[in-house]
Amino acid sequence: MEGINAKYVSQKISKTRWRPVSSSSLQQPDIFATGSWDNEDNKISIWSIGENGISSMDDEFEGDPQLVCEHKHNGDVLDLQFLDQDRIVTASSTGAVIIFRHHHNSQTLSVSQLWERAHHYPCDNAPCTGIVCNSPEIVTVGEDGRIILFRADQEGVLRTIENADSSTIHAVTFLRTTEILTVNSIGQLKIWDFRQQGNEPSQILSLTGDRVPLHCVDRHPNQQHIVATGGQDGMLCIWDVRQGNMPFSLMEAHSAEMWEVHFHPSNPDHLFSCSEDGSLLHWETSSNSDTPSFLQGGRNTSIVSRSALAPAGGNQSLISSWLTGDSSKGRLETTHMLPSQTLSVNSLDVLGQCLVCGTDGEAIYVNRRVPI
Amino acid sequence: MEEVDVEPTTTPIPGFDSNQKHLGFVWGPGDILVYETIYKASGGSAGGCPFVHEVRKDEDIYSPILRKLFNESHHIFVGLQRIREDMPSKNKKPQFVSISKNYRSVIRACMEELQQVAVSTQDAALATQYGSQVSILLAVELIWNLCEVLFIDAAPAGSLVLHLLDWVRLHKADVDEKAREVLASESPAEHQAYWDVVISYVLQGRMDEARQVLVKQAALQPAARAMFKLLDNLLMKMPIFNPGETQTLTEFDVKWRHWREEVDRCLQDQSFASNPHLEDICKILVGDEDVLLEHKELLSTWYHFLVTRLLFSHPTVKPTELHYYAQSSMHMFLDTRSVPEPLDSILLAAFEFDIHQVIKDCSIALNNWWFVGHLTDLLDHCKLLQSHNLHFGSNLREFLLLEYASGLFTHHSLWQLAVDYFDHCPEFGRVYLELQIERVPLDTERKALKVIRICEQRQMTEQVRSICKIMAKKALRNNRLGSALSWSIRAKDAAFATLISERFLQDYCANGTFSDLDLIDNLGPAMLLSDRLTFLGKYREFHRLYGEKRFLDAAKLLLSLMTAKIAPRSFWMTLLTDALPLLEQIEVIFSADQTHELMFCLEELTSEKSVPNPDRPMQDEDIETTKIELLRLALARNLAMAIVKERESIEGLVGGWVAGAVVLTGMQPGQPFWRRRQDRDWEPQVIG
Repeated sequence: MEGINAKYVSQKISKTRWRPVSSSSLQQPDIFATGSWDNEDNKISIWSIGENGISSMDDEFEGDPQLVCEHKHNGDVLDLQFLDQDRIVTASSTGAVIIFRHHHNSQTLSVSQLWERAHHYPCDNAPCTGIVCNSPEIVTVGEDGRIILFRADQEGVLRTIENADSSTIHAVTFLRTTEILTVNSIGQLKIWDFRQQGNEPSQILSLTGDRVPLHCVDRHPNQQHIVATGGQDGMLCIWDVRQGNMPFSLMEAHSAEMWEVHFHPSNPDHLFSCSEDGSLLHWETSSNSDTPSFLQGGRNTSIVSRSALAPAGGNQSLISSWLTGDSSKGRLETTHMLPSQTLSVNSLDVLGQCLVCGTDGEAIYVNRRVPI
Repeated sequence: MEEVDVEPTTTPIPGFDSNQKHLGFVWGPGDILVYETIYKASGGSAGGCPFVHEVRKDEDIYSPILRKLFNESHHIFVGLQRIREDMPSKNKKPQFVSISKNYRSVIRACMEELQQVAVSTQDAALATQYGSQVSILLAVELIWNLCEVLFIDAAPAGSLVLHLLDWVRLHKADVDEKAREVLASESPAEHQAYWDVVISYVLQGRMDEARQVLVKQAALQPAARAMFKLLDNLLMKMPIFNPGETQTLTEFDVKWRHWREEVDRCLQDQSFASNPHLEDICKILVGDEDVLLEHKELLSTWYHFLVTRLLFSHPTVKPTELHYYAQSSMHMFLDTRSVPEPLDSILLAAFEFDIHQVIKDCSIALNNWWFVGHLTDLLDHCKLLQSHNLHFGSNLREFLLLEYASGLFTHHSLWQLAVDYFDHCPEFGRVYLELQIERVPLDTERKALKVIRICEQRQMTEQVRSICKIMAKKALRNNRLGSALSWSIRAKDAAFATLISERFLQDYCANGTFSDLDLIDNLGPAMLLSDRLTFLGKYREFHRLYGEKRFLDAAKLLLSLMTAKIAPRSFWMTLLTDALPLLEQIEVIFSADQTHELMFCLEELTSEKSVPNPDRPMQDEDIETTKIELLRLALARNLAMAIVKERESIEGLVGGWVAGAVVLTGMQPGQPFWRRRQDRDWEPQVIG
């Protein structure tokens, strides 16, 4: 909890995301974007946590996040991802998918592309609930059960999977460049292969008979077959999609909906989750292999960010510590990262040593010294 | 009717002439809707105004900066409610004081931000608005701080004056600014505000700072050095009560009296006669009220005057004596003609320890319930409000919190904060929450989930059901049957689940395929919610078994759907039709007993249908009859085959039984039967 300060921003925050940094410079991120929800006028905003980064380690009062610029957003921001250094994709409750451009010189935001009513019902709007980017490709999912594939540089829609789901799809992630995984409100994970025509998933996984809605999903940054999901009961599930219909492990985490779960992009033995119950958890599993886990990642990527894909290959043969882990033997440690608070933590993002999260209490918390 | 405390204010409605038109209105929770009405009892359709005006009681809730106040104080409020009841009150007091300080620091932070934007904004109207908000917050913080000193901290004699001094110093901080300005000038001692600074410091009891500034003047006047030295000595020696030390109040009082006599002697022997400024200071030190009042400008308020007066005349004043000095100070300080401002009467009421008057006056003077709600709650935790009962609602604390929370609930975004306030209103909080939570507009499923979570945590099953039903209806309207079914399962709403299952079955009958298989195949125990849903799930299971070519299991399931009365009677015909392909498989799938049961079902159905339905077109009737004929035929054949097979396996005897079966079913033995067999190249030896 040390070094984590609340910044009250007068809007309920639905999403927070770091701007990706180039990994070669070993730089810590210093810019993040937030989206608001449930306001009369919703906004997306860009914040800076200071130019000098963490130059003074013992400085108690590190700079508050400062607002750089903001832009009106029609409808609630239901998801937000950086496409690259200066483009942000948002999912709106109006069903629109919007690309904003952040002009670094003038420090302004503008709409660079808008797909109105991308998600819709026959005569009403359907909220777009999730986005995943693998520049230039953008995949969106929505309450209408559609999966839509866009390209940032094309106006039209590349592909739509109608009726991909009979219930709401809550989140989506890339498994490989042509394969995505979605989670829905009846507790299923569906894998879709864009190389296949037709509107059927290539695989469906679920916790048999449970039907607990899943709200978030994240893929292990180096091992594409490992995904973490979080659901309405606050349970954290780790799945190995190659084998079995059952999750590899189930861990009790939160007492209410888990809204987001993220592996640390460069140190995947660490995982973070946040929930409606107002808590933010840091999970740490000790790696079994002798190889330090930081060597398992792909060093040759130019951009390190969760929205970008790590290169395939790498050390696939290594068994992830998440799959060998046994929470009952105390190999898994969890730490609360926020002081007690009652209102939902809707979103978190972690990059390098920096973590940012946003709450319904209209506060943003930034921690620049996450023990990774 | 009770008397009103103050005259209500008038809110003009733009573009409305009250001489010609009349207004109608409707109460909302935090606002009213106002519209023009036609007064004339009859006739005259004078063009009505198409506008409905929304009149809000509380504008502050829409200020983005004040929202921070609401959010941060919510956090403090929740923390306060968690302080355990059974803790000894001795340990609680420091906690309450620190919570009170937290509230005040939030007010201060807001104030500072408002001040900044007020200065930086270009818009004059906006600047005025910010300015007035700042002044309201200033007053609020001033009152809160005084309440903290008097009620929450409840400082005893001795410490009381020290706390009041701190209070005055905090709210009259312009002295420091002026002092900085003077000291930064080229020759401070000749600055025109020099003596103002010195005297202001003395008036606030900041003797060390006053001495430091005085040194500058002393250096300029070497001739008067002795005189300056004397005053410096007096200032230095002024006894200040120190509650931390072992010194008793009496000891302090004796010491103070000695000092005061010394100052008095200096005045008597005209030590400072040559310098009017120094003489004034000396007179202030003995508490000379006339001299104090000569410095009204520097004191600026009657309560500063009060505290200075107490410091120099009654430093050991008891809390109970405070009201006497407060009243006289106010009368001495204020112009006799001027009416005291609301702030003055609130502060006076506080000095009189009349908590209820303070709360009442604040409620009238301020336009929202934030301040009174939080202050009353804190005072209630300090057990200071127990004697008072309202003749409406439950108690003062709850009444004010409910008002505040209801106001929050009208806000499109702050409604979430209100929930925790309702939670801590034991008597009516839940009812308020129940009524309000159902009315939160639900645009997305995520918001609905949040609202449902709030209800579930409080076991508000009725509200959960109602919200799920809203969502289910919405999904149904958008033709999202799967979503609608999920919502009604969550709501455990059997009736609605039945309705949606019907829709699924209708769609199946129309299209011949099921939609939303991912959902129906994974119903699990949720299937038991309604009979129709169970049937839907089981019926789909039959199709899956059939698709997987597990005909025996499929046949068994199909039959049980009818015999166990799971399937609605209206659907039996479809089920029997589904049995047709199974009956016509090469292998015998339905056993003789099962075939009998199928036949029984068919007969039951046809006997009911014997009354012709006049609404039905003849053509339909024909199709129906043909269907039944076909079914009878297939059943009879199957029965025959089943018997043959079953007998074969037992006895190897066949012939007579076939004839028997044919007689049994009442079918004409003959062509169709045989013809079919020939069509399908049936092996002759089986039928003998």
